[in-house]
Amino acid sequence: MHEMSVALSVVDQVEQAARARGALGVQHVHLDIGELAGVVSDSLRFCFGLACAGTLLEGSELVTRSVPGSARCAPCGRTWDTGMPPDMLCPDCRAAATELVAGRELRITEVRWAADTAAPGSPAQPATILEES
Amino acid sequence: MCRVVDLQQAVLAKNTMAAGILRSELTARGTTVVNLLSSPGSGKTALLERELTIARERAVPAAALTADLATENDAVRLSRSGVPVKQVLTDGLCHLEADMLAGHLHNWLPEDTRLLFVENVGNLVCPASYDLGETLRVVLASVTEGEDKPLKYPTAFGLAHLVIVTKADLAGPAEFDEAAFRAHVQQVNPGVEVVLSSVRSGQGAGLLVERALAAAEGAEVHAPVMAQARA
Ligand SMILES: Nc1nc2c(ncn2[C@@H]2O[C@H](COP(=O)(O)OP(=O)(O)O)[C@@H](O)[C@H]2O)c(=O)[nH]1
Ligand SMILES: [Mg+2]
Ligand SMILES: [Zn+2]
Ligand SMILES: [Zn+2]
Repeated sequence: MHEMSVALSVVDQVEQAARARGALGVQHVHLDIGELAGVVSDSLRFCFGLACAGTLLEGSELVTRSVPGSARCAPCGRTWDTGMPPDMLCPDCRAAATELVAGRELRITEVRWAADTAAPGSPAQPATILEES
Repeated sequence: MCRVVDLQQAVLAKNTMAAGILRSELTARGTTVVNLLSSPGSGKTALLERELTIARERAVPAAALTADLATENDAVRLSRSGVPVKQVLTDGLCHLEADMLAGHLHNWLPEDTRLLFVENVGNLVCPASYDLGETLRVVLASVTEGEDKPLKYPTAFGLAHLVIVTKADLAGPAEFDEAAFRAHVQQVNPGVEVVLSSVRSGQGAGLLVERALAAAEGAEVHAPVMAQARA
């Protein structure tokens, strides 16, 4: 099951980040799932529960947000919701979209660590790890 | 009291990175990867049997790796072409990942391989999300699977560099509406090439080898809009 691979990957990444910060527990993990990412959120939530067992994330909640597909035609300067199934042709000129603005993301947007679990010396300010595919 | 951490990470970044490394390593040694995706039974193995034989006749050093949940049947079929073939049993996993592929190629892939064909696990959902380091991604659908297949699996068809309609010899009996199928492919992946093939009639024979060789020689490969996602 694909969602299991994704869940394991999320748990792995959050665990690494937790270790780097000395966090001992996780409350929730927020995930953006694009309409065109090919992931079923219910299935992913189920797998996430299984994948968390025995890890630092045990008992944490996965909060998912669905991101609609959106495409842009540069010549027309038009952006539209691609819908599902997606329409990658510009509604104005019927030419191919120049780019997909949103809809394929599968990314962790936020992790909320459990209360009072940060080790001394870990940053008091929210840290940001930026990494894009 | 909670700590909020903004952890902007692409979940599949690890695979994408491994795929990038594999692509540059293979390209550097002159090997181009072709990743074949379809539902079970669309005719991936049958197409490869024919194309591998053609590659061998044309003295193009080719190899094939075929992934299945179980059985080595496909490897047996492909081996008849005479090119090196490896069977990978995914043990229930429904797709291949780049690091798995890299592991299987290690100590197996002949040094002089020009074209490596990878038959992915029969599934049009998740293999679409996993880059394997391929230069050419080919999505297959047979004429019996319905004209709306591209709309039902938009991510798979939307990211294809080439679409092959298989079992074209059955188009008549299946009442396959080619124009409708093409329109649906164009809707999700404008500009992608769609070709018909039949291993029974010989239609489209050699086309896959030709497209793969062109890509290997640096010809421009179609850039799907869906792959032009904003960072
Ligand atoms: N009539 C016809 N049957 C085909 C063609 N290609 C494949 N098949 C049949 O479709 C079935 C599944 O093909 P296979 O190559 O195993 O599909 P795979 O699961 O995608 O590898 C087999 O019974 C093949 O003989 C074709 O071009 N024409
Ligand atoms: Mg097969
Ligand atoms: Zn899978
Ligand atoms: Zn336009």
